[in-house]
Order: sequence, then C-alpha cells, then structure tokens
Amino acid sequence: MTPAAPAIESRATASDQNASHDVLKGAIIYLEGITVSFDGFRALDELDLRIERGELRCIIGPNGAGKSTMMDVITGKTRPDSGLALFDRGTDLFSMSEPEIAMAGIGRKFQKPSVFENLSVAENLELAMRANRGVWSNLFAKMSKEQSDHRDSVLETIGLTAARAMRAGAISHGQKQWLEIGMLLMQEPKVLLVDEPVAGMTHQETERTAELLTSLAGDHTVVVVEHDMEFVRSLARRVTVLHEGRVLAEGNMDFVQNDPRVVEVYLGV
Amino acid sequence: MPRPSFISRLERPDRVVYGALIVIAGMAALLNLVVPEGSAFHMSTFTVTLLGKYACFAMLALSVDLVWGYCGILTLGHGAFFALGGYAMGMHLMRQIGERGVYGNPELPDFMVFLDWQELPWYWWGFSSFPFAMAMVLVVPGLLAFVFGWFAFRSRVNGVYLSIITQAMTYALLLAFFRNEMGFGGNNGLTDFKDLLGFSLQTDGMRVVLLVTSLLALGGAYAICRAVTRSRFGRVVVAIRDAENRSRFLGYRVEHFKVWAFVLSALIAGVAGALYVPQVGIINPGEFAPLNSIELVVWVAIGGRGTLYGAMAGALLVNFSKTYFTGALPDAWLFVLGGLFILGTLFLPRGVVGVFTKEKE
Repeated sequence: MTPAAPAIESRATASDQNASHDVLKGAIIYLEGITVSFDGFRALDELDLRIERGELRCIIGPNGAGKSTMMDVITGKTRPDSGLALFDRGTDLFSMSEPEIAMAGIGRKFQKPSVFENLSVAENLELAMRANRGVWSNLFAKMSKEQSDHRDSVLETIGLTAARAMRAGAISHGQKQWLEIGMLLMQEPKVLLVDEPVAGMTHQETERTAELLTSLAGDHTVVVVEHDMEFVRSLARRVTVLHEGRVLAEGNMDFVQNDPRVVEVYLGV
Repeated sequence: MPRPSFISRLERPDRVVYGALIVIAGMAALLNLVVPEGSAFHMSTFTVTLLGKYACFAMLALSVDLVWGYCGILTLGHGAFFALGGYAMGMHLMRQIGERGVYGNPELPDFMVFLDWQELPWYWWGFSSFPFAMAMVLVVPGLLAFVFGWFAFRSRVNGVYLSIITQAMTYALLLAFFRNEMGFGGNNGLTDFKDLLGFSLQTDGMRVVLLVTSLLALGGAYAICRAVTRSRFGRVVVAIRDAENRSRFLGYRVEHFKVWAFVLSALIAGVAGALYVPQVGIINPGEFAPLNSIELVVWVAIGGRGTLYGAMAGALLVNFSKTYFTGALPDAWLFVLGGLFILGTLFLPRGVVGVFTKEKE
C-alpha cells in the first residue's frame, strides 16, 4: 500500500491483519487521516502520526492544537469523522469500546490527577491491576502472590511504598500523579498516554517524574503531552508539534525548536 | 464462650451490630413471653411489634445505603421494592385466609368478591404456596431493579436525573396499585390477615417469632452487605461513586456493577417489606408514595452514609423520634423531620455515627 492511499481505502483493509501489519511496519500506534469536528470546528484535521514501539514521544502544541482530542481518539472516548487508527498488531481501534481499548493495552493518565480519593494507595493500585473486570469475579477476588508482589514492585517504582495504606485523597499532588502512573503500570500496558504529568509539580517532583518516565520507556511505549518545555527538553527524545489538528513538525528538541514555523505558532514570535 | 476466635475476628462495628441484635431478640422473648404482664419489666406486644417494624426499616435503610452510600446512586424510589416485597407476602397471607373472609368465598379474596370477579386472576396463581410467595418476594423487586437499572445505567443516566426517574417509577406503581382493576385491592390494599404457616398472627408468641425473624434477616442482610462492600467488588463500586469515568477507563463495565448493586439492594428491600407486612397487618398503595422513599434517604443521611451501621442507626433514630413526635406533637412531625435533615446535613456531614468515628487518613 502506498502512503498516499486515501483513508477510506485503508480503512476497508483494517480488518485484514496482513495488510494493516504492512502499514504499521513496527509502529505500535498508527493514525492516518484522522478528522474530528465539533460543530464545524476541526479539532483534528487529517492527522497522520506513527509512534514506534518502545519509544518515549513528547507531543507539544499550543492550546487547541488537538493534543487532548488525539488522546481521546486513541482511547476511544471520541469517535473521529474519518480516518484509520491501528494498534499493536493491526487491531482497529475504532471497532473497540473504551474498556476494550484499555484492556488491549493502552493506558491513559489524565491531566488532572484522578485517583480514587476514598480508597487507599494500595487499593487504587489493586483496582488498576490487570485482572478480570467482571462483576462476579470481583465479588470473590483475592490477590495472588504474584499479583501482590507486582503491586509492591510498582509501589517501589513510584516511590509510594511508605504511603501504601494512606487514603489517596490525603497524599500530595505530586504523589497523586505518581500513583496515577503506578495505576497505569498495574495494567501492564503496552502504551502509556500521559497528559501533562508535571503540571503543578515542584522542581524536585518534576525531576523525579522525568526519571520515572525515562525508566519506563523501552519496556513500554510512552507518549507524553506536555506544555512545560524545560521538562520536554529533559526527557528529550522525539518531539511532535501539533498545530490546528495537524502535525507541524517532528524531530528532536533542537530541530523542532529551530523550525521557523514552530517558533511562529508555538512561541508566538 | 464458644469459639472466641470467631468473635475476636469481627471488627468493632460488627460486634456492636450483632451484639445489639442478639440482645434485642433475647430481651423481647424474655420480657414479653416470660415476665408476667403485671410486672414493671414486662414488654408489651405493641413494643415487640414496634421493634419488628424498626428492624424492617433498618434493613430498608441498609439497602439504600448500599446503593447511595457506596455506589453514589441517589435512589428516591426504593420504597417501591419494599412495597413489592410486601405485596408478595400480602398476597400469600390473603390466600391463607381461605373461607374465613367476610364473604366466606373459598376461591376469591374479599375484595374480588366485592368487585364481583368470577375467578382468580392468573398473577395470583401459586400464591397459596409459601415457597412460591417467598420466591416472588425476591423475584419481583429483583426483576424490576434489573430491568430499570439495565436501561438507566446503560444509558448513563446519573445524578439528579436518575433520582427523578426513580421517583417516577415509584409514583407510577402507586397509581397502578390504586386501581381496582389491577387486582391488588386498590385503595384499601390487602389486609385482614389471619395466619402464616398455620400460626395465628395475633398471638404474642408469633409476634416475637416475627421480630426475631426480622432481626435475623437484618443481621443476615448486614453480613451480606459487609461482605460485598469489603470485597474488591465493593472497592470498584466506591471507585465508580468517586470517579465514574476513571473506572471506565480502567476497564470496568460501570453499568454492570451498578445494576448488580441495585438488584442486591432491591432484594434486601423486598425481604424487608415481606417481613413488615405480617407485623403491621396491612399493605396498601400508600407504601409506594414518593414521600416514603424520600424519607428513607433522610434516615440514611442522618445516620451517616457509606458505613451500613450508620444507615441502621439513622433508621432507628428517626423512627423512634417519629413514634414519639407523632404521639406527642402530631402536627410538628414533618417540621422535626425536615429540621433533622437540614441540621444533619449542615453539622453532621458524616451523620450521627460520624461523630463517634474518626476519619481514616
């Protein structure tokens, strides 16, 4: 299939595993010609994007560039008007519901930390654990040895071992953000979508978060949407700049920062 | 003491609840049946029946707390499930009257003879059988809750909209049961019951048995609710209450959890209604009144939601006050109830039991 193939045609072959595998070519997320309009406003305009397996990708862009809408499309919250979205080994994301996508291995961390405030830190992780989501199995569920070991190792990774029994509503803002990342890890996702992880964090917490995300890349594919340029620079792998629902530029931080179009729309000079 | 290890494994609120239920059951049996009537320690049969009613109300409060306190579903129509359970029991009690009715018709209940009906409607078939009637006590409220919940939660009806349609549900049932053509005794409902399982409902012994049965059912319902809320299911339900979308993103089918919590709650309410009817001796459409269902929520709010025992305490507290005030100052009762609700909401956000328990940090 040629890259110029129209979206409609590639959509038709989405169910064909071999054909879509060709399109993916090792990418874990493949978006092609995604268009989303809200009341005539085009939040995403023929967006094409590919994320490679195991990479740490930063997505930046001014307000209204379509960053959140893109996340919504990938997680199934928003259905696009047209386009193709493939995941992993050619799964068509648009044929799946939100919970199905979550279970297939795409985890999302929201901009505002939304942990379950009235449950303990450890209980928050337990609920996020990759396990049967059915009503009956949860009624009689007990954690196995491996499961509780996994939970403890995640607690260690996010640095909340000491706070495990605390009510999640009572921990600090930064700790809530880490707890959320821990909840993503409990799902053993293939892809982590992380929305503004350092908003409202102290300098130290920001540094700690950068370390955490960097250490997660490789085993996982990490996609970070962020405003804080300093933070993006400290992660600095590949950066994608979105503008008006399209990819404006893509490359390493220095490359994008020196792109005159990026300077114009993003930095406003 | 037999098996002290079992008792020591119970948490404090559980010990208090089970202990209180056992003490009330024992006291009622002893003071009503053994202590002679003239004695100052004698408990009147009126009090026994009153306690039995309270036990049913506490169970009903428990069912509301399960869906409201834990799952965040503010139901304003839970009286409907209570009433349906009550009607199922009432229908069995009507069939037990046999030819002892005013008209002495062995085939038809009095009100049907009065309406000049010739034969028993099909939906009354089987109610002569006690096991069948008991099954209906569970099946009818459970099925209604399932169908209602399925449509409401699948369409993601939430918050105040859900509360309004639960009100509409109980109001629709109220209007339906008022109609004579429905075949449930219309305005007058079902009454004039004689006996249950061959025992007269009027004897002191039977009153105590009904009270003890209600307390057992209350204890059982409490144990079930405790087990459910402490399971991972219970944690998922709390997660849904606090952040529904987040739970959905974690992969939980929110509507499934809600609907099953709702069904379990309706089953408990139905059993409470079934135990209530033989003790008060009547079931009529008034039980479906929207105001009744709102009152339930007030009990739970005053007692303290999300704790189970708080809901039970609230039901007792409000109903004791109701019994007192409707006797002492009949006109003031609704003002007292309203005042309790407002003061409770303002000053006791975690209810009366919140005063005695420390918040977990």
